[in-house]
Amino acid sequence: MTSVNHPSSAADEVRRSFGARVHSWVVSVDHKRLGMMYVAFGLFFFVIGGIEAAMMRAQLAQAAGKFIDPTTFNQLFTMHGTTMVFLVGMPILLGTANYLIPLMIGARDMAFPRLNAFGLWLFVFGAALLYYSYIGAQGLYGTSAAPDVGWFAYAPLTSKTFSPGNSTDYWILGIMVSGFGSITTAINLVVTILVMRCPGMSLMRMPLMCWMMLVTGILVIIAIPVLTGAQAMLLLDRFLGAHFFDTQNGGSAVLWQHLFWFFGHPEVYILVLPAFGFLNEIIPVFCRKIIFGYSLMVAATVAIGFISLSVWAHHMFAIGMSPELNAFFSATTFLIAVPTGIKIFTWMGTMVGGRIHFATPMLFATGFIAMFTFGGLTGVMLAVVPLDWQLSDSYFVVAHFHYVLFGGTVFGIFAAIFYWFPKATGRMLCETKGKWFFWLLFTGFNLTFLPMHISGILGMPRRIYSYQPDRGLEIWNLLSSVGVIFQVVAVALFLWTVIDGLRRGKIAGNNPWNAWTLEWSTTSPPPEWNFDQIPIVGSARPLWDVANPHDPDSRHEEHI
Amino acid sequence: MSVVASEQPIWRPSRGKAGMICVIAVESCIFLTFVVAYLFYIGKSATGPQPKDVIELPLVLVNTVALLSSSVTVVLSVKALERENFGAFCRWLALTIVLGLWFVGGTGWEWKGLMQDDGLYIGTNLFGTTFYSLVGLHLLHVVVGLTMLSIVLILGAFGLVRKRHAHSFDMLSWYWHFVDAVWIVVFTTVYVIGR
Repeated sequence: MTSVNHPSSAADEVRRSFGARVHSWVVSVDHKRLGMMYVAFGLFFFVIGGIEAAMMRAQLAQAAGKFIDPTTFNQLFTMHGTTMVFLVGMPILLGTANYLIPLMIGARDMAFPRLNAFGLWLFVFGAALLYYSYIGAQGLYGTSAAPDVGWFAYAPLTSKTFSPGNSTDYWILGIMVSGFGSITTAINLVVTILVMRCPGMSLMRMPLMCWMMLVTGILVIIAIPVLTGAQAMLLLDRFLGAHFFDTQNGGSAVLWQHLFWFFGHPEVYILVLPAFGFLNEIIPVFCRKIIFGYSLMVAATVAIGFISLSVWAHHMFAIGMSPELNAFFSATTFLIAVPTGIKIFTWMGTMVGGRIHFATPMLFATGFIAMFTFGGLTGVMLAVVPLDWQLSDSYFVVAHFHYVLFGGTVFGIFAAIFYWFPKATGRMLCETKGKWFFWLLFTGFNLTFLPMHISGILGMPRRIYSYQPDRGLEIWNLLSSVGVIFQVVAVALFLWTVIDGLRRGKIAGNNPWNAWTLEWSTTSPPPEWNFDQIPIVGSARPLWDVANPHDPDSRHEEHI
Repeated sequence: MSVVASEQPIWRPSRGKAGMICVIAVESCIFLTFVVAYLFYIGKSATGPQPKDVIELPLVLVNTVALLSSSVTVVLSVKALERENFGAFCRWLALTIVLGLWFVGGTGWEWKGLMQDDGLYIGTNLFGTTFYSLVGLHLLHVVVGLTMLSIVLILGAFGLVRKRHAHSFDMLSWYWHFVDAVWIVVFTTVYVIGR
């Protein structure tokens, strides 16, 4: 492989005025710029959502706290949940896919570049609409500000009677608009992966992350429209007097729950499958081994995709469904733990006997495996119907899903940022700061969420702004709140690491981690056209083949 | 960076086809949501009018025939464009639009009767809620389809549609077939099962 010196576009950028530079980003249809903007917007909202969480923890640090009033607390947990799912998880994961997929499959861009830009700006507009509610939702009624109905917005709390003003409308429209953005991006991803692969790259030679993103894209295509449809019904209820969720006229509040969770449960796999994908790229590289069980991993991913569509009502055990339904959804929930477990063992099988190098991405990947497994196990506990009746809507549930979404998805995101930052910017992030960041975040995360299991079992309910003293809850809540301090310091350190890395980071070169997939064959950052010549691959590890022409992978390929 | 030349070319769908299949999948999921809500609420209206009192099948059947025939005419239009017979392309496309407009007008006529004679509005009862939203969602898709077909017709009338656009026009016709196919589902739900 020859290294070609590209005319440096960075030097041109310095000479242009600030306005021209902003303009070039706004009008860009380049998948790399759009991907970076997705991630940047996502990190921005990660900080906002984190501030909201920190305020709630400040209120709950002591019994009968007086820091914020109940109305504000309702708005905070609604906005925190909505922000973290729709404005942090989705854009960062879809944005990373946007950046990496064309590079990984040897394409010059996504299948539909302009649709790609359209999706990003729909997302930004939806996010702005949601947060504008703080100012705009007062409306003619003067009764509300930000949405305060919880991130799953159960009926009939969302009806005009119980939620006057426009706060719920901002929630609906903000999510709907950003949802259309996610759908367009998902369509783009699926089509890109199916159509744009370079010569020689069969489906079973794709980097595993592409498989995860393919299944994620298909899940987005199936799940998000159901939420959009349900939200359209809610809008009809609120503005045209329809009765979908109006219990006084025969409507059903339970229908909303079914529709919401039919979206909501695939959504958690939408949020975690891409993170699985990051691990599949990172772990083999830092163990210096080929992934253990490629086809097993693909099969497990596809199985998760299918089963995730049939587990939704395990969020609804407490509403009094029939025993048959309870048994069915309990069984499917146990079942989905099997392919997920296969993945955990596949990663561990990759690590066994490898020369493991604990750089920051690998630290986060290992942290992911431990924390996600922990959260997965409490998930299996919650699939036991009687136990769920006991623990539903308690802090145990909060602890459970933060272990999978924070300990899982967010750790995966940070692993990905530390791993691919050199590719995207051409500079390395500081390893020392990165390791401090990991250990601070890991400590703070466990200090916050581990005690929540206990306060939940002791009976602390979700979404209540206060609790009484002398119920044995004080110490656990105090520990949870102290953990937030560690996390705040950690995130501040992370932001400093990124800014410092952008300005003074070590120059990375094309392939700083000595990895094997196509994105590392081009320059860092890649030119706008990605590859001077469209690559031709003969195995799942094309760069290994180039480095070891005497023993290429293609010679050992399993033929399926 | 070729190491081992690929043994055989890999099958790939066209970009347009894969994209349109994804769009159709998204739309199907939205429709399914409303169909599920419709089926869920059949017979649960507390007050009248009930479906069996107000639905007039003959009018709807005529509309259905018009919409389903438009699927045939749009295929003829695509074929004509592929053969570079631009006159036939425009005529069949115009007929497709007329048939689509017939469906829109017929549905408008049906709704006018339901509202003025039977007093059925979206807020009257659960039947009204689910009926107007499901049929209305479909109508919205017909209108979107007609808008896109009309744009093609206007461009075609000015001679701007050439043979190289045939694939794109074919993809548009897939959308139109989808709108027709969904109507069969909506028709079965509303006028057969729900009646």
